[in-house]
Amino acid sequence: MRRHLTFAAALLRHSFHGGRDDLLFLTLLALGMLTGVLAYGEQAREGLAVTGMNDQVLWGLYIGNFVFLVGVAATAVVLVVPAYVFQRREMRRVVLLGECMAITAVIMSLLFVTVDLGQPLRFWHALPFLGRLNFPTSILAWDMVVLAAYLLLNIGLVYTLLLSRFEGRILPIRRYYPFLIFGIFLGLGIHTVTAFMLSGNPARPFWNTAILAPRFIASAFAAGSGLMILAFQVLHRVTPFRLSKGVVRMLALIMAFSILINLFLLCAELFHHFYRPTAHGTSARYLYFGLEGASGLRGWIWLALLLNLAAAVILTVHRLRNDLRLLNTACVMAFVGIWFEKGLGLVVPGFIPTPLGEVVEYSATAVEIQVTVGIWSFGVLLFTILARGVVAVETGRLRGGAGGAGDAGSP
Amino acid sequence: MDRNGPTPEETPMDAPQQPSRRRFLQGVAAAGALASGVALATGETQAGDALATLLQSHYLRMTPEEVAAALTRIERRAKREFHAAIRCGNTPPPAGVLFGYALNLSKCVGARYCVSACLKENNGDHGAQYIRVLELTQGSRNLEEADHYFTAETVPRPGKGYLPVQCQHCSDPACVQACPVQATWKEPDGIVVIDYDWCIGCRYCAVACPYWARRFNWKTPALSKEDITAETHYLGNRPRMAGVMEKCTFCLQRTRQGLLPACVEACPTGARIFGNLLDPEGPLRWVLLNRPVFRLKEELKTDPKFWYFTDI
Repeated sequence: MRRHLTFAAALLRHSFHGGRDDLLFLTLLALGMLTGVLAYGEQAREGLAVTGMNDQVLWGLYIGNFVFLVGVAATAVVLVVPAYVFQRREMRRVVLLGECMAITAVIMSLLFVTVDLGQPLRFWHALPFLGRLNFPTSILAWDMVVLAAYLLLNIGLVYTLLLSRFEGRILPIRRYYPFLIFGIFLGLGIHTVTAFMLSGNPARPFWNTAILAPRFIASAFAAGSGLMILAFQVLHRVTPFRLSKGVVRMLALIMAFSILINLFLLCAELFHHFYRPTAHGTSARYLYFGLEGASGLRGWIWLALLLNLAAAVILTVHRLRNDLRLLNTACVMAFVGIWFEKGLGLVVPGFIPTPLGEVVEYSATAVEIQVTVGIWSFGVLLFTILARGVVAVETGRLRGGAGGAGDAGSP
Repeated sequence: MDRNGPTPEETPMDAPQQPSRRRFLQGVAAAGALASGVALATGETQAGDALATLLQSHYLRMTPEEVAAALTRIERRAKREFHAAIRCGNTPPPAGVLFGYALNLSKCVGARYCVSACLKENNGDHGAQYIRVLELTQGSRNLEEADHYFTAETVPRPGKGYLPVQCQHCSDPACVQACPVQATWKEPDGIVVIDYDWCIGCRYCAVACPYWARRFNWKTPALSKEDITAETHYLGNRPRMAGVMEKCTFCLQRTRQGLLPACVEACPTGARIFGNLLDPEGPLRWVLLNRPVFRLKEELKTDPKFWYFTDI
């Protein structure tokens, strides 16, 4: 117990010692979180009526972000697979950082679900024994189970590995290898189940397609790899962490393949919806062209497509991809494009028209936007703390006592 | 095709909920004990009631004493928040009954008396109407072209037809399958119900419903004392709270006492027929056997207990 406390105290101390830039950064994040807390307070008092959602459009910005972030969480897989299945050793140096990103993204996605609940205090109804989880019947229950499992697994992995390094021990790889491999399946699992949560609804033909899960994985790997390329460069600049070119090259390649697959699957969907349009394609018509004068998402989805296409070009052409500045641009474009395309651009059209043919549009209110900013600020803060801890321990700057806390101290 | 009436698996005898009503896990018993302890400690205050409701167990897991306590809390809340004296009961499903509904499209004129009677009976907020009457152009049943908000001096309007839609009380309901915490389920009499005190407000049931039959309480429902119907049921028309789902329950507070649903009573043209599907002499069976009937979105295989028919 004592060694855990020592370790936790050292981690926290290390996270908050920064200079003036640090203070500014933390202040900004604190302001963002404060905004979110205040807005959520209003929502808790008044009910979800303060959001843009209604009986027609039942989910909006919150669930859109949830779906997107589960994808980001799943992206730890793109580091673990090359590092430990294909034995690319340089990738191993960033696996823990990727897992910190996964932990952050899962916690953020759970926060987005929580703020979407009408009765958040009743969360205990989903707990085993005490509550009455509808498992394995409800896909939402599945989602809770796999997300919780993925979160616990990643926290356990990161913590165990860091603690051993903190204490100057080297954990033999066979001790944690099975968990890494299990994590790959869980990572794919969380995003597949999230896709099934939407695609398992015959009442919503826009989502009710077998292509949704593969598309989710492809777009998640594209957006997640992009985010990692950017985040690792920031860490390279502000911490002692050294990013190798090989890691960036590998991630960019994964991103290129993923974004191309995603675009191909999108083309297949567009063909399906528009070649011989049926009532099941009405939502797609709303999204891309507007319906009965309602066209709130039209501009956004075309912008998102444009961003995705431009990113795909940069990532595909060898010379462009190898230019770091262009690559970074592509990462930003893919991240933003996919955030919209599978966030609001996927969740909202599923509700338009309603199963009874009614067209009611959705736009997020200030409260929703503020709560969203709050959760993202919290996410950035959490990742910063986790990543700094990982870098400090891995570079040997953060060590417990002389030669660790004793047991099994290895040379 | 549609005239076979209920399938054997719908008979109340093998419905799984009933026996488990009295069976509960130890952990749940502990939670229940905690809830009653809290109720004792905090008295009958608003905060005490709110806490006891928060710690309350699932309806099907509560002991008879816990249910009784929950019912008095509901009555106290109505008094406190809406200044109305209500009685809240929990009449169980009658044995040998499977409720069903048939609606005569030849007779429906789109007067929407059903809608207002439903609101009144079910203590509904005006924004949460369980019945949506669609106005269709004759010659088409394309829902996308329906008018949901038609206004007219007199109905029926020439060249128009009307299609009222409410909860279809499916035998294989997508909403029940979707709910992550089993807050909505099918009772042995075939009525799909919600435990408003157990619903976490995720709205996944409404996402899954192909009939757009569910309504969410986006805020605390606006009810005035004069609006309130005093005879209520735990699973039916008791006043709801913000953040939970609700929908048509075939007025189980009435129909389990042998009365007709409010919408059936209110219909000026007699277009609405309600009854026990298991009764071979009942009006419902007569309609199913003697009239051309159809059900909405039958291809989705939710097997509704709500039929539409025409006179010829």
